[in-house]
Parts: sequence; structure tokens; C-alpha cells
Amino acid sequence: MIEFYLDTKSGVAPYLQLVQQVRRAIKLGIISEGDQLPTIKEVVGTVAINPNTVAKAYRELEHEGLVAARIGIGTFVIKTLNDPSIAEHDRLRVGLESWLAEARAAGLDEESIEALFRERFRASSPIEAR
Amino acid sequence: MSVAVEAHGLGKCYRQRWALSDCSLTVPTGHVVGLVGPNGAGKTTLLQLAVGLLAPSSGTIEVFGRPPGDDAEILGRVGFVAQDTPNYSSLSVADHLTLGAHLNPRWDGDVARHRIEKIGLEPSQHAGRLSGGERAQLALTMALAKRPDLLILDEPVASLDPLARREFLQTLMEDVAAHDLGVILSSHLVADIERVCDYLIVLVDSRVQLSGDVDELLASHHRLVGPRDPGAPFPASQEVIDASHTERQTTLIVRSHGPVVDSAWMIEPTSLEDLVLAYMARGSMSHGAARASESGAET
Repeated sequence: MIEFYLDTKSGVAPYLQLVQQVRRAIKLGIISEGDQLPTIKEVVGTVAINPNTVAKAYRELEHEGLVAARIGIGTFVIKTLNDPSIAEHDRLRVGLESWLAEARAAGLDEESIEALFRERFRASSPIEAR
Repeated sequence: MSVAVEAHGLGKCYRQRWALSDCSLTVPTGHVVGLVGPNGAGKTTLLQLAVGLLAPSSGTIEVFGRPPGDDAEILGRVGFVAQDTPNYSSLSVADHLTLGAHLNPRWDGDVARHRIEKIGLEPSQHAGRLSGGERAQLALTMALAKRPDLLILDEPVASLDPLARREFLQTLMEDVAAHDLGVILSSHLVADIERVCDYLIVLVDSRVQLSGDVDELLASHHRLVGPRDPGAPFPASQEVIDASHTERQTTLIVRSHGPVVDSAWMIEPTSLEDLVLAYMARGSMSHGAARASESGAET
């Protein structure tokens, strides 16, 4: 079972945070086809968020074809995301680590590193809808 | 959309002073509504009018389509916890639950006992001896056990420690999920509102500055950061809510009714807190002069 959390400082809409957490958990194989998501009541009872937020997140996941609601039973994962890029993670991680080491050696502090990464990340990202 | 609370030109006058004037708003059912605004904006007055503890001096207010406090049926459907979380100090915790069971047709005794146990209140203790936080917990327990359709809470968590606050919000949200409970709560804690509310009302100087579904509000507001005075006017679809300047930089909070694409500005999403602050600043700027002589005491 997956446990949700909320980062209220991230600027990402709460329902989207839940969507991302489920997607990530499916991608990383933490939950897979047939697994049940916590009920709305369970989620709000632990995270202390609005039930409509959870319902909206589950609807979005349903729309994406990742989960399906079975009336009276709960919401289940119906798709396993075999992310082929996951095999590349290790290689990329090594590259990133050496870049970080290089940045520190060049005298950048944590904040500058983050700022530089974010600035480049944003500049090179395809334009998002929202 | 069915309506939980509707007010038109609502006002309340204490002797010479209008605590609330010309307030119009519509609150749909099935939402958890956050009511925010500076001290003295009229939040408490509005909530007390909504439960029928006060009678309007002008205008109208209706709850579920009827005047609040009109009869026993409407009183049974609406729960209220006042800011000072009043109890009967000479009655014990257990007496409070007995009283609640006799006075409320839909009283849920199991919920009440379970919560009292969970909070760790001693049933035989007199309410007058409870701490501020414990009294708040007792009052909130009574309000939840009443099983209302609409629960109105005036600064419900102000006297609770962070752990008790989180626990209370968890319980409240479980009730919202399980019983389709609608909630209106006033608070200065925007972080809490961000978590639990899906509808926001910003009240400044009696006036509703902003009201709407939180997700829609966040999607339609942006923060624009750019060089000061870029020379070009904003596209017509954007309304500037708040502007702040340094020598070189201008930061705007804008409301836009379409996608914002403008290479001169860095466009970022706004947080709910930014939004609340921007509207509070705007509201107090346009009405600030009128209430400059009044103290911030909330009535």
C-alpha cells in the first residue's frame, strides 16, 4: 500500500502531487497491477487533506488509464508502467554526481547549484500546458 | 449547484459601527470553505449571522434556503463552534455528552465517546478545569457528534498545538468524506486552509474580495517577474491584483482568463498564500482609509 504525503511549499497543486506520487510508485514498481490504492477516507485520515482533492487525483489517474474504480470496493492499479528509461537511471545518476562534484569544486554553494539546475531545467523543458 | 449559504447586501451594525456591510456571497454545498481576512474584516460577524446568533441589520442571509435559526430543523442541520470554544464550566465532560444527546436529534454518542477517549479527556473532569486546548477539543467533539450537514467553525484550531491541530483536521476530513459534511472555517493559518479547503473566500472590510474553487483560482492566477517598466502594456485578458517593485524588478500577481504567454516576463504559478496576501493587500488599500480610525477588534 502506498502512503501519501503533501509538500505544501512545493507550489504544485495538492491533487497533482498525489497523481505524481501514484505515477512514480507505479513506475518504480512499488505498486503494480491489481494493487489497491487507499480509500479516500483513509487518505484524508492520514494526510489531513480535502476528500475532493483525493477524488480529483483518482479521477485523473483513471482518465490516464492507470487505475480503475470498482464501485463499493475501491480503486485499483490496472496498468504497470514499464519505464524503459529506468535502466538508464544509474548511468545518468553517475553523470549527475560527477557534474555535482565539478560544481562544488568550482566553488558553487548548494543554493547556486540548485538555482543553476532549475534555470537550465526550465529553459530546456518543453513548454507545459499549465 | 445547491447552495449552503447565500447572503445579499448583508450588514450588521453595533451602535454606530458597521461590523459588516453590504456583504454578498454564495457558498455551494459539499465544500470545505476557508474564510480568510484581516482582523476586523467581519469574519466572526458573518459566521454568527450564518448560524442565527446575530440578526442582520440590513440585507438577508439564508442557510439551506431558509433564515438561519428559524426552527429546530435548521438548527439541527448546522453545527457551530465559536472562537472562544465555550463550554459549561460547572458541568463535567460526561455531562456535556449527555446534554448533547438530549439536545440534538442526530447525536452520535459513539463518535463523541470515541473522540473523548482518543483525546484523553477524563469524563468526570469539570469543563472549567480543562486547558484551553482541551476545551477546544471538547467543543469540536460536540459539534462533530451533532452530525450536522454544515459545520461552521470560527478559528477552530487557533488554541491547539500542532499535533492536536493535525489530528483534528484528519478527523474533520474523515467526517467530510464519510458523511458529506460541508464546512466553513475561518482561520489565519493559510497552510491549513491549503490542505483542507477546496473553496476560498477572502473577506476584507466586509467585502468579498475573492471567492471560488481553490483549484480554479490557482489555475487562473500567476506570478509574473520581469524588469521594471518593460514599456509594454499587459494583454487585456490580465488583471493585475498586486504589484511590487524594486529598482529593477517588478513582481505582479495577475488574474488571467487565458493562457499567459509573454517572453518579457518570467511566469510562475502562485501559491494560495500569495493569492490570499495579494487580495488582502488590495482590499485594505481600497478601503484602508475608511477603517484607519477603527481598532482591529473583531466582534
